[in-house]
Amino acid sequence: MSISPYKPPITPLIVKESYLNMLRKGVRPDNRDLKTPRLIEIKTGVVEKAEGSALVKLGDTQVMAGVKIDVGSPFKDTPDQGVLMVHAEFVPLASPLFEPGPPDENAIELARVVDRSLREVNAVDLQSLVIRRGEKVWTVWVDLYVLDHNGNLYDASMLAAMAALLDSRLPDYEELETGEIVVKKGVKGDPLKINTRVVTVTVAKIGDYLVVDPSLEEEAISDVRLVIAFDEKGRIVGMQKTGAGGLSFDEVDRAVEVAREASVVYFKALEESLGRAGG
Amino acid sequence: MVVKRPEGLVLVSPEGLRHDGRRPEDLRPVKMEVGVFKNADGSALVEYGKTRVVAAVYGPREPLQRFPLLPDKATLRVRYHMAPFSTEERKSPAPSRREVELSKVIREALEPIVLSEEYPRTVIDIFLEVLQADGGTRTAAVTAASLALADAGVPIRALVGGVAVGKVDGVLVVDIDETEDMYGEADMPVAAAPDIGLITLLQLNGVLSREEFNRALDMALTAITRIVELEKRTLRSGYVEAGGEE
Repeated sequence: MSISPYKPPITPLIVKESYLNMLRKGVRPDNRDLKTPRLIEIKTGVVEKAEGSALVKLGDTQVMAGVKIDVGSPFKDTPDQGVLMVHAEFVPLASPLFEPGPPDENAIELARVVDRSLREVNAVDLQSLVIRRGEKVWTVWVDLYVLDHNGNLYDASMLAAMAALLDSRLPDYEELETGEIVVKKGVKGDPLKINTRVVTVTVAKIGDYLVVDPSLEEEAISDVRLVIAFDEKGRIVGMQKTGAGGLSFDEVDRAVEVAREASVVYFKALEESLGRAGG
Repeated sequence: MVVKRPEGLVLVSPEGLRHDGRRPEDLRPVKMEVGVFKNADGSALVEYGKTRVVAAVYGPREPLQRFPLLPDKATLRVRYHMAPFSTEERKSPAPSRREVELSKVIREALEPIVLSEEYPRTVIDIFLEVLQADGGTRTAAVTAASLALADAGVPIRALVGGVAVGKVDGVLVVDIDETEDMYGEADMPVAAAPDIGLITLLQLNGVLSREEFNRALDMALTAITRIVELEKRTLRSGYVEAGGEE
């Protein structure tokens, strides 16, 4: 059951008014214009025991992603594909509003949006994950760990997931005569095959204004957010309206436009993080 | 997800007709009825083809169990749930991750239209049960919720309706069914209140170009305008059955 949030962050009206006054002039309290994301920092290989990992800082928001890869069974209807699983944990150290417990609807929604955005373009090449058709495949677990919630968990989580997947290597393994697959612990094999990179761009509606990459304060006074996923070719590969408000046709159109521009910034940050890891 | 298509299944014929004979812009046959349950304050049944959803609204009321209420408006509680027998293979009645997400996006599709500030410190419960699933269950659920809210006399800004637009074999089609969803390239559920020009649910699973996306959204809004017209007729007469064609 989904319940109207009891603890919506309460923002004094006067603060909202001053935000709107700034937006009218085209600036935001942290000196950004409406279309620019916060500073992005991506570090890969931050957890040695994971097959791939990344820590993303988007402004003051921090999300870590870890990829674990195990031998598993394929789904019955897709015997020639590996398995991709995305989970998100909003750990209580990340925000005064998070409590311990199983993932709530926000964590489930976030994980499912990231999962779909990757899945719809086969970003992780699932066909390349078959060890023995119909019997043994690699299962790729992407676990998103929110460490500091200062707004826009979607974009930070998607960047972390993507960077960790790009950092991932399949385990090395041996096939025994009995057919059993034995993974060689700690020995890393081929890089995970990635077909395309994907990013999401979140656009929040505050009054009549659309802002890219909302901070926590901006999320608190926004009516609604639109999360739009893009692949490298600039195609739309996923979308999710989230939050209790609505949007007009024209607002959706404008949101897609500004999001597409901002996606270039995210792709560039991903590219630069790879350069560093390789060099 | 790439699922192998059964041999001989043609999703769009050379004449531009879909596997069930519909044109791209056609809805499935629609059925709507209100006041289907005696206990609920408001209730509705909605069918899009074989998809069948019932909705019940209780409230505004005091919750049965003590529960922190909002001081300035009513709390909305929405549960989207699928009956175990609604699908090809039995679905476990325990709420899945999918149902948790859909309950949230449906609640957020209804929040902008319910005048919840009229009823502080109360709860409005909206229960949605999918009795048979054949694609488009969340959008049929939004339509059923809209009717049940109106039937309960809960003040709303406007009626909402939902429909899913898909892309199958490169063609944009309205109100996709399960087959088109499974073997198609994109599924875009939309809910909107056309009388106030507000899109309240928007999801996309799949790949669309910018132009395709705008066209798909436009097709969805045209279909939703028709669905909301049918909702109004249903509320006046209690019952409506309509063919799918424009």
